[in-house]
Order: sequence, then structure tokens, then C-alpha cells
Amino acid sequence: MVYARLIIMRLLKAVIVLFLIVIFNFLLIQLAPGDPAAILAGQAGAADQEFLNQLRERFGLDQPMYVQLWRYVSGIAMLDFGYSYRLGVPVFDLIMDRLPATLLLTGTAFVLSLVLGIVAGSMAAARVKKPSGSLIMALALVFYATPLFWVALMSVVVFSVYLGWLPAYGLYTVGAGHTGFALALDIAKHLVLPATTLALFFMAIYTRMTRTSMLDAAQQDYVKTARAKGLKPSIIQRRHVLRNALLPIITLAGLQAGQMVGGAILTETVFAWPGIGRLMFEALEQRDYNLLLGIFFFSAALVIVFNIITDLVYSLADPRIKKGAA
Amino acid sequence: MSFFARFAQNRGALVGLIILLVIIAMAILAPLLFPESPWRMVQRPFLPPLSQDGFPLGTDTMGRNVASGLMHGAWVSLLIGLVSTSVALLIGVPLGAIAGYYGGIIDDVLMRFTEFFQTIPNFALAIVLVAIMQPSITSIVLAIAIVSWPPVARLVRAEFMSLRNREYVEAARLVGQSNTTIILRQILPNTLSPIIVLASLMVATAILLESALSFLGLGDPNVMSWGYMIGAARTVIRQAWWLSFFPGVAILLTVLALNLVGEGLDDALNPKLSRER
Repeated sequence: MVYARLIIMRLLKAVIVLFLIVIFNFLLIQLAPGDPAAILAGQAGAADQEFLNQLRERFGLDQPMYVQLWRYVSGIAMLDFGYSYRLGVPVFDLIMDRLPATLLLTGTAFVLSLVLGIVAGSMAAARVKKPSGSLIMALALVFYATPLFWVALMSVVVFSVYLGWLPAYGLYTVGAGHTGFALALDIAKHLVLPATTLALFFMAIYTRMTRTSMLDAAQQDYVKTARAKGLKPSIIQRRHVLRNALLPIITLAGLQAGQMVGGAILTETVFAWPGIGRLMFEALEQRDYNLLLGIFFFSAALVIVFNIITDLVYSLADPRIKKGAA
Repeated sequence: MSFFARFAQNRGALVGLIILLVIIAMAILAPLLFPESPWRMVQRPFLPPLSQDGFPLGTDTMGRNVASGLMHGAWVSLLIGLVSTSVALLIGVPLGAIAGYYGGIIDDVLMRFTEFFQTIPNFALAIVLVAIMQPSITSIVLAIAIVSWPPVARLVRAEFMSLRNREYVEAARLVGQSNTTIILRQILPNTLSPIIVLASLMVATAILLESALSFLGLGDPNVMSWGYMIGAARTVIRQAWWLSFFPGVAILLTVLALNLVGEGLDDALNPKLSRER
């Protein structure tokens, strides 16, 4: 089975990369300022030497480096990311608690940016050298150059403070006691601003990618043939050009999607969206390094999972890959 | 056609160049027009724009002059953008050149290394690096360079691979030039134009990254930057929109200008490619 081998190779590569990231993460924790035991002791309000030693022993900080590394790696293999120094709660639990909100936000933003980007990009490709096509590309450039967190803040000013159309903070209205459909509607309203502002930057990237990809596809021989046959330009654009241009867009979009986790840190911070991005900001503010690095590892893992999914979608969508491999 | 004539044919690039010159002028004139530290409290806080002479953009939550912060911030953004891009080039160009020139197992190892860095989410890595090294100009520059060198390595590698078997390289080999000489004197000069175009776009990305880091409170605590100004005003956005508005416009214009200049450079340096587009 060619297909099964492809998946196995891909997973094997992912495991190696994850392992390297774990080691990298461990090195970063060693470099982090401050002695974790001292921080923990400071939290507890006492700092005599005996108590420090007790803490070191309990968290394995008195062991040699390679033992600590082994414990860290085997811990992560069993989804044990250690404890948040500040909150005293397992890092994994904190992340799992916040994950659904982040997946909802980034998933919505991803679909939104991909659909709008492909529509805008193909419109621009069909209007090369026309003012309307240039206008689309100019707008895409502006969105590309705009800081994400600034668009987020400005959208709060305009749509929430000035116009009063949409809520600006949180996942749902606290204390409203909505359930069922009313709750879903409430969450959807809260989602509009964060998802749109996060999507804008990526929409700009996808617009540019779609335009380039479609202009490339338009140079191909089968498009010339279709034109020679006398097919309508709109049909050529849709059936011959866009279909073939979509594959490279999917690949690139999958690679870019990883960066969305990074973008979510900024968006969630502005909109007080209770996801892992906001959690990362909180960890930063409190200098909670173990939590910070746990989230970092987790976001890298998310990116890898996402890349594998894109690869699989791609190989399913492009029959040439299976033929080529067989 | 001369280089500048080709550049100026792209009207957007010309606009970008003018904006960029204005921002460079802002950075240079900042200490002359606002000799006082932008951190000093000079008026009552929350002064709206245009309400008082000497404070055209108002004052912030601590009574600091927003116009002064904006001018001094230009210096920081440009500095960090330029230096971090240079450091990224110093990492990416040699790695890409060696991988592309030698090929084989060296290429394999170096490219796996590059891919590893490309897999890790950029912004999250930059945050972690600055947090661990403690915020300072040096740590920010290093973090931005570490997350932005992989595209340079890939570009330089591709260029070297396509050039390494050209006749003039073979000729240099026959004359007995060493590999180092061939890499530095024969091939590298011919890869400069795509590197310059990529570098101009990287400065733009670096400025965006720096502003995002400062926005999250990871800026150098000793220098005023646009991202810090927006971050500090985040919680009072309902009362004082202008505190976030003006620094954001400054970032937007700078990044936009650099992108336009990059496109113009691309047109001017690769005339054949851009005509086909």
C-alpha cells in the first residue's frame, strides 16, 4: 500500500521533529532565569535552605542533567508537561481547558481567510492590468502590512465602542445564563471580531498566492487548448485555471496555518479570548516559564499535526501523487 | 535603462521610497525636535490630540508626549529591522551557500536543520526566546534573526545549485581557485539581487515582529517603541483611542513602504521576470 507507507513515513518524521523540539524545550527551560525551587518557595512565602532542598528533591531538580532530561522527555511522552509554577496546576490540564476556544477561533479564521482569499485572488487574476484587479492587490498589501493586534484594537473602537454592534471581550456574555441555541448565537457574536481580524492578515497572503498560482496555471498548454477550442473565458477560469491552481494553494495554506497559532496569541490577548494564546500571554506576564514552554511545545505539535493533515488532503486531492509513487 | 529609472517606473515603489525617507527623517530628527526623553511626564495624562500646543498627538496614560514617542520609536523600529535582518543574512547566506555548493550529505543535513526551524511556529518561538533571554534590544534582534533566517538559506541554496555548474564556475575550478574563493568571488555576487529583494521584505516583517513583541510587553524596557505604545494603551482603548491609533499607523506605513520598495527593487533587479508577470 503506497498510501499507508506515505502516512507511516510522514508520522515517523513528525515523531523525530517532536523529539527534537522536546530537547530544544528542555534546553530553554535550563536557560530560563531564576531557580524554579526559589520561585516555588517564594510563592509559598518561605525561603529557608531546608525547604528549598525539599522542593528540589520533590521536583527532581537535584538530579544530574541527563536524568532530568530523561524525566522530561518520558514525561512529555505521557502527556505530563509538569506543573505551572504559579498556579500549581498541571500544565497539560491548563492547555486542554483552553484548547477548544483556540481551535474555534483559528478554525473559523482559517476557513474565512482561505475562502475570501481564493475569491479575491481569482478575481484579481481575472482582472490583471485592470484598475479593479490592482485595487484588490493594493488592499491585500495594506492588510498584509497592518499589525494584527492594531486591527484588533481598532475594530474594538469602531464596532464595539462607537457603533455598539458587537461584543469586544470574552467568549460569551458572563452571567446571561444562555443555553442551547441562545448560547451558540452569543458565542458566534463574540467570535465575529476576533476571527475577522485574525483572518485579514492571512486572507491577504492567500489572495496573493491565489493570484500568482492562477496566473501560472493560465500559462499552461491545456489552457491554450481550451482557449483555441473557443470555450468562454469564465469557464476556462473556473474549470481549467482555478482547479489546477488550487493544489499549490492548499499546500502553502497548510504551511501558513501554523503561523495562525502565533497570530492567535495577539488576537486572544486583545479580545480576552480564553484560548491558549491568552494563556501564553498570562504565562509571560507572570514569568511562568514552565507553562510558557509547555504551550510553546504544544503549539509546535499542533503545527505538525496540521501539516500532516494538509499533506494527506493534498495526496487525496491530487491523483498524480499516487500514480507517481506507484 | 538605468537602475533607478527601472525602479521609478513602478509608481508604488516611488511612493514607498518617499514614505520611507520621511520615516528615516523622523528617526534622525527625533532627538533635535524632542530632546527630552520620550519617557518623561510632561503634561497631564489623557490629553486629546490637537488640544494643546506642543502636543499635536496628545499625551498618554502617564502624561508622556505621544508625538515624541512616535518620533523616537521610528529609530528603534528601523534599527531593529535592519540589524535583525543583517544577522539573519549572516546565518542564512553561509548555510544556504554551503548546502547548495557542496550538495550531497552536507546539503541533506543543513536542509533538515532548516526545515526544523521552519516547522516551529515563528512568533511563538520569538516570544519564548525573548522571554528566556530577558527583553533587551540584543535579545529581540537575536530572536527575530533566529526565526527569520530559513527562507534566506533556502533561497541562497537554490541559487547556488543552479549556478554551481555554470561555465564560469568550471573555468574558475580549472584555474585552480579554492572552493571558498569560488563561493565568495564567483557565485555569491551573482546571487545578490534576489537576496537584496528578500532582505527588504524581511526588514518589513522584522518591524512587524518587533512591534508585536513589544505589544506583549517584551520590548526593551529602556527604549520607546511603537509596539510598546500600543500595548500600554490597550487597556484604555475605550477612553483614549488615539494612543493606539497613531503608533499603529506609523507601523502600517513603514511596513507598507518597505514592501513597496521591495517590489520596486524586484522590478529593477530582475527586469525580465517582472515583465512576464
